Amino acid sequence: MKVLLPTPLVDYTAGKREVTAAGATLDAALVDLDQQYPGIRFRMIDEQQQVRAHIKLFVNRELERNLQRLLDPSDELLVVAALSGG
Amino acid sequence: MAKKASRTTVLVGTRKGLFVLSSDQKREKWKVHGAMPHFFGQVVNHAVLNPATGTILAASKAGHLGPTVFRSTDMGKNWKEAATPPAFPKRDDAGYGWSVNHVFWLTCGHATEPGVWYAGTSPHGLFRSEDDGVTWSSVDGLNLHPDRLKWLGGPQEAPPDGAILHSINVDPFDAGHLMVGMSSGGVFESYDRGATWKPINRGCAADFLPDPNAEYGHDPHCVRMHPTVQGLVYQQNHCGIYWLDRTQDRWLRIGDNMPKEIGDIGFPVALHPRDPSTLWVFPMDGTSVWPRVSIGGKPAVYRSRDGGETWKRLAKGLPAAHGWFTVKRQCMSVDQGEQVGVFFGTTNGEVWASFDEGDQWHCLMLHLPQICSVEAYTW
Repeated sequence: MKVLLPTPLVDYTAGKREVTAAGATLDAALVDLDQQYPGIRFRMIDEQQQVRAHIKLFVNRELERNLQRLLDPSDELLVVAALSGG
Repeated sequence: MAKKASRTTVLVGTRKGLFVLSSDQKREKWKVHGAMPHFFGQVVNHAVLNPATGTILAASKAGHLGPTVFRSTDMGKNWKEAATPPAFPKRDDAGYGWSVNHVFWLTCGHATEPGVWYAGTSPHGLFRSEDDGVTWSSVDGLNLHPDRLKWLGGPQEAPPDGAILHSINVDPFDAGHLMVGMSSGGVFESYDRGATWKPINRGCAADFLPDPNAEYGHDPHCVRMHPTVQGLVYQQNHCGIYWLDRTQDRWLRIGDNMPKEIGDIGFPVALHPRDPSTLWVFPMDGTSVWPRVSIGGKPAVYRSRDGGETWKRLAKGLPAAHGWFTVKRQCMSVDQGEQVGVFFGTTNGEVWASFDEGDQWHCLMLHLPQICSVEAYTW
């Protein structure tokens, strides 16, 4: 599926904002993303498997917090570094 | 051992990246490496060099992202992220599990264990690496201690910037002996590499607690073991300056010998690398609402040459007035020079140095972001 990344994460993808990932669930897709770009998942998901405070995940432009959400290869994952601070 | 050739490198962690400064052999000429800081835009809470291996670790956090640790084995030319940064154990039951908000403190291990590092985090957490910072594991003896909540309290007991584990000391005479500071919580030590822990706060004031003789719940700001004298420990606490009398395992307040109009509140304490009786502190205003700035806007370092019996004000070269900054707990450091260089970084982004043990101060850099850490090394 298509994955769109915010600028704070592009150090992991050699500058690419758009990448691809595979997986039957949101969690599996993020694991696959981490295998391609080691370390990227921990910057978004903490050790208790919670989405970090200022990270928002959107599947087909709908906010999604459930990492077990089933995905289709045609879905689009949008990662947003949510506005915080001044 | 004193080093006559005193080429010094200073690692300056700031709220917007890491700056590396280095000097010539006389410490007269200084240069900043590169036109841009390392990790530009990221908070670098601490950057530390392991002189035994040449590895530098940097604890960083970008605003939106989770915390991590970067490592360099070529003095900062290239950096690589830790494969598994410090992280608390996953809770598999329905209970609340801790999550590292940021890595706050780094300490390299004992000289006989060159690949070992320790990291302290917010919330309170201690982590260990045995492969020079590539992978990290939780020191469960502390992180999962059954008395953790009793010792450390909940989020409401944390200092304004969050609960932290800092001042990780590895006893130079015993690789298994660790001492850490937790804010709040107090000073704790382990004699078995972190498997078991006990508080060591007796004698230390805690005027914010209902029981002045509490065993824990204190607020150490900076704890330093002396590198060459076994058992010698100094502490700058929320409530004063102390040294640890090991014959009684009791802290004795040497800050009472500071001038009364200055008091003995501050964040850092730095120790002479060889002389056990010489130490430096940077007092700040801890009255009323705790402004946490230089007292009266007149910044000064205080030095003792006799283990805290007497103190001397050292302000030559520093702003005479309207210097409204302070120096955070890991922002004062010494090098190994024959005449020890003393360095500190300020909350308003200035790096100051003295090459005569504090008698005269020189500003090395202005206009940096807020400084989180300063570590100096002699080559």
